Amino acid sequence: MKNLFLLLLCSGFVSYAQEAKDSLVPKDLKEVIVISKKTQIHEKQSKSLASIDEFLDKGSKVDLVKRGAYAWEPLINSMATERTLITIDGMRIFGACTDKMDPITSYVEVSNLSEATVKSGQQGSCFGSTIGGAIDLKRSQNRFGSQKWDFAVNTGFETNNRQKIIGSSVNYADSTYYVDTDVMFREADNYSAGNEREILYSQFRKLNFSGTAGFKFFSNKLLEASVIYDKATDVGYPALPMDVSLAEALITSLKYVVVPKSSLLKDWETKVYFNTITHRMDDTTRPSVPIHMDMPGWSKTFGMYSKATAVKNHHHFLANFNAFYNQSVAEMTMYPENPDENPMFMYTWPDVRTLYTGLFAEDQWVFNCHSGLKLSVSAGSHTNDVASDFGLQSLQIFYPEMPRQKTRFLKSIAAHYNYHKSEWEYGFGLGYGERAPSVSEGYGFYLFNSSDRFDYVGNPNLSNEKSIETQAFISCKKDKISTKISSSFFRISDYIIGMPDATLVPMTIGASGVKLYTALSYAAIFNIDWNSEFTLSKTLKWNIGLLYSWGKDSNGNNLPLINPLSYKTALTYTKARFNAMAECIGNTAQTQFGSVYGETNTADFALLNASFGYKFVFSGSRLNCKIGVENLLDAFYTTYSDWNKVPRMGRNIFVNLNYNL
Amino acid sequence: MKTLLKYTLALFLLATTLISCSSDDNTTSSDELANLTQFKEFTNQTHTIELYSHKGRLEQGYNEIVLRIKDNTTGDYVKNAEISWMPVMHMSMMNHSCPKSAVEKVTPNGTLYEGYIVFQMAQNATEYWDLKVDYTINGTAYSATSVVDVPASVERRVNTFTGTDGTKYILAYAEPHHPKVAVNNVVFGVWKMQDMMNFPVVDGYTVKIDPRMPSMGNHGSPNNVDATQKTVGGLYEGKLSLTMTGYWKINLQLLNAEGTVLKGETISDTVLESSIFFELEF
Repeated sequence: MKNLFLLLLCSGFVSYAQEAKDSLVPKDLKEVIVISKKTQIHEKQSKSLASIDEFLDKGSKVDLVKRGAYAWEPLINSMATERTLITIDGMRIFGACTDKMDPITSYVEVSNLSEATVKSGQQGSCFGSTIGGAIDLKRSQNRFGSQKWDFAVNTGFETNNRQKIIGSSVNYADSTYYVDTDVMFREADNYSAGNEREILYSQFRKLNFSGTAGFKFFSNKLLEASVIYDKATDVGYPALPMDVSLAEALITSLKYVVVPKSSLLKDWETKVYFNTITHRMDDTTRPSVPIHMDMPGWSKTFGMYSKATAVKNHHHFLANFNAFYNQSVAEMTMYPENPDENPMFMYTWPDVRTLYTGLFAEDQWVFNCHSGLKLSVSAGSHTNDVASDFGLQSLQIFYPEMPRQKTRFLKSIAAHYNYHKSEWEYGFGLGYGERAPSVSEGYGFYLFNSSDRFDYVGNPNLSNEKSIETQAFISCKKDKISTKISSSFFRISDYIIGMPDATLVPMTIGASGVKLYTALSYAAIFNIDWNSEFTLSKTLKWNIGLLYSWGKDSNGNNLPLINPLSYKTALTYTKARFNAMAECIGNTAQTQFGSVYGETNTADFALLNASFGYKFVFSGSRLNCKIGVENLLDAFYTTYSDWNKVPRMGRNIFVNLNYNL
Repeated sequence: MKTLLKYTLALFLLATTLISCSSDDNTTSSDELANLTQFKEFTNQTHTIELYSHKGRLEQGYNEIVLRIKDNTTGDYVKNAEISWMPVMHMSMMNHSCPKSAVEKVTPNGTLYEGYIVFQMAQNATEYWDLKVDYTINGTAYSATSVVDVPASVERRVNTFTGTDGTKYILAYAEPHHPKVAVNNVVFGVWKMQDMMNFPVVDGYTVKIDPRMPSMGNHGSPNNVDATQKTVGGLYEGKLSLTMTGYWKINLQLLNAEGTVLKGETISDTVLESSIFFELEF
């Protein structure tokens, strides 16, 4: 299974590569965004030291909500992190910020990862419940082999925000051990939007360290310990009224893998993990705030999974038992102007403990060399418990009968049919999935949304959100042309969204009102994208991509954060050690914006990017050199997913150097 | 599957004891005086009167007072006294009393008696309160009087005003002693000044409440319930939602049985506080 992927390589743009060694293996439909190989950051990337966010942005299925230059929030199929599942090597991690300033993608670095696997809808439910889909960030993993040391130094500079990047990695492997370590540091000043308009509070500084050690005992058993430590300080969020003084994560895991010597069971992997996140919002650097406040948050997660694959006849089975226990706490302390007055304190997340245990099972049934059916089911128990009496009593102001504990059962089922013959391939699927409300949706207390300027209060009585989805794709690959259209449609009932309650008085100074999370009877989201690659010559390739999304609620209103028609086209030239790329990216004007939800229209934009790469080879070492320019014409623009319409970066020239010894 | 689930649960619960903590209060005592602090004791020829309260002092506003009477010769506490009391403010030009309850036994077999007194004003350099306790034991009447300290309260806990009906009212905050970030059960009292010495409870009125935080844009809170009387002659009970700690101004309006506002204003963008209010800070 591992040797065959529908691989969407991101060599600056999308290109397909399919290996077909054995036709009697199932086809797993997903988008794989390659970030780096084991020891060297991937040479084919046009910008090898781009942030994780920038890598994800290049995929066709993922879009990002930007609140500044750092920590973008991924959207999958036009759905934000409440409706999606983001894991790091199958580990559940939950951000500690009530304002979504720390999606878990912000706690890892490109040097930690080899790829990001994006799965749409219920195909992503292996590690938990989801509606929109899943991203699994896969860590780079060394392999046992002959004794070998690898050293690499990575460094980069970007002119626009004077971002300095420096990192190194040391890797060792022999026949029974491997040790991978890497460290990366980034520091950036404020960036400038087009026409050299400085965007205040867009600086950041981030240090990331990761280590993995593997030990093979017996020929078929592996024990691997892994740690990631990430610390970001002085992170500005120009789209928000506050910045972040500290975002710190410690992500640890211990994995045990057995490759059984049986003909049935192919692979059995068990992992226990623990991660802890501390997040401190800070408004002391802002010149005028109505009231100074501290908003720290903490999230701790213990978890485990045990996953096995088996093959019997034409059936490829996968089963995954997974469980996690998360504690999410967030506080707000406001300091009145009169220093003799007591500070105002509240829990914005009332120490919510979430216990999830679930079982996922999948059967990829290969009918013949042309077609197959993938069936998957999952069932899980999801319990929220409000551990803080203070927090519980706070929420009982709104919900007097609210119990401390609530248990939900989450189910999913999906089927996908796939057919492949010569150059044509098509597939379609149906799925049903459920999700529990997020901590903010269920238990948030006066969380201010700076976009619609409402205070949000959670609702512990929400029903599970339920989604029925259909997905379909058709593709054709010929010698010089490969083209693919894929689409997905979701009908989400009991759609959770904040609705204003006119009887409530907002807490935040300047807020327009209070929204309570409620369920609409349904919402519908449709996405369609088309990607093509034309091989013009041995060295020249031309890619085109189009994406369009549509979303409406049951009242006929447009949903917020829905992609208008967006396009990308790129020319890539590759010859020996040299490569060059020119790219044009743009969106049409967003006319179907969610005005009911406080969204306003966004104008169209178009950008030009270009990059060049050359690999120098010395005796025993390599220097990979990338130089490029983004937003060549210095356009001043903002996209539909820029929070509060914060303008994006203007012209930026980058240099990335990767030196491998 | 089910046992596996249980084991996982147990494992996690075990793990979380490391990061969770709980505090248990083990202050169960059969002592009558638990949570009470003596703040005054005074004697006549036969008895010593001991005054207690939760705070260990009196202050301007509503005060719950517990007392007991000790026989000076035997040292025993009197369990069968009939008690009444009379607080009096000695001002330079006149004397007056204040709202007060009857004095009743706390438990049939105990030694304690309790009641409340609402000091609508604080003492000052020249003006003071004294408390006269009259009691009868086995048909014999006794009396004892002492000056008591009634300093001003830090926060406003009592309002004295003349309503639009021309009557002088006293509106005082009684409970909770320790407000929480929660829906608090609040108890207020409404009395009117019949004459200088008589302040009976007013029946059948409504005290509308609108808690606000002046330091934070004067925001309010949801699901407050206006205070009304549960029993004739009793105090007024309502629900007060406090969404965070800090300084709260509880804006009030007093409505008579017909719903006419006798005093107090509705809060709006231009009217930031009512002319009658309580203050809480925690």
